Amino acid sequence: MESLGIIVAFYLLSAIAVGGAIGVFLASDLIRALAFLVLSFVATAGLFLTLSGDFIAIAQILIYAGAIPVLIVFAVMLAPLAGRNNGNGLYLVPGVAIGAAVAVTVAFVAVDVEWSTLSGHLLAERDFATTANVIGDLLVGKYVLAFEIASVLLLAALIGAIVLVREDEPA
Amino acid sequence: MSVDLVHYLTVSGLLFGVGIAIALAKRNAIAVLMGIELMLNAVNLSFLSFSRFSAAFAVKDEPLDGHVFVVFVLTVAAAEAAVALALSVLIYRRRETVDLDRINLLRW
Repeated sequence: MESLGIIVAFYLLSAIAVGGAIGVFLASDLIRALAFLVLSFVATAGLFLTLSGDFIAIAQILIYAGAIPVLIVFAVMLAPLAGRNNGNGLYLVPGVAIGAAVAVTVAFVAVDVEWSTLSGHLLAERDFATTANVIGDLLVGKYVLAFEIASVLLLAALIGAIVLVREDEPA
Repeated sequence: MSVDLVHYLTVSGLLFGVGIAIALAKRNAIAVLMGIELMLNAVNLSFLSFSRFSAAFAVKDEPLDGHVFVVFVLTVAAAEAAVALALSVLIYRRRETVDLDRINLLRW
């Protein structure tokens, strides 16, 4: 990962992703916060591409930057204008403190641990040509049980969401 | 100058921290859900970077278990978003608010 393009792309996309996340925190309107969230997700999809995860990057754009924001827009639009306030609650200071503590801890561990001795050697030259084939093989091979359970989970969530918001019909 | 696992993990930690701050500090239930999505996304980033930089790259076959984990995280995130948003719509219908500081029926 020494080529200039990768380095520039990494720092640019990281700045957009973290900046978008902070924008979600700072935006005053829920719809604007959602726009920042989509920005952050798209930048993260770009980061996935720099990790040669092509399938995951496309799935990220389809699901995180596509489907989930549409759901959130529906939920926001079903509440009145007053429900779009993105204000802070009672726990602003402890929340920010805990978030900063977690971020600092993870960053400290990432910098402090000598990863190259733990993981052998960093093989920058072994980029994946494509990942979709191997992911498909693993999904219906090694992880077939989890795959089936995930499908049942999606069905349960689908039915649950419909049952929850259904208006009761008069008997 | 190069980009290594350290850089990706640091970005992942930053995104996770911002997600925690949003999930804990926001008053609107939907904003809290956005924070949770950000946290899941940060974890996906660390999964992919560990998959990319693992020592198993030395062997011939491609170690994409981390990618499969990300697929499952995406599935769970979609299911969770659908149910959580249905719940918030339901709570709004019952209580006329999605303000988490005012949804205190179960308080001790």
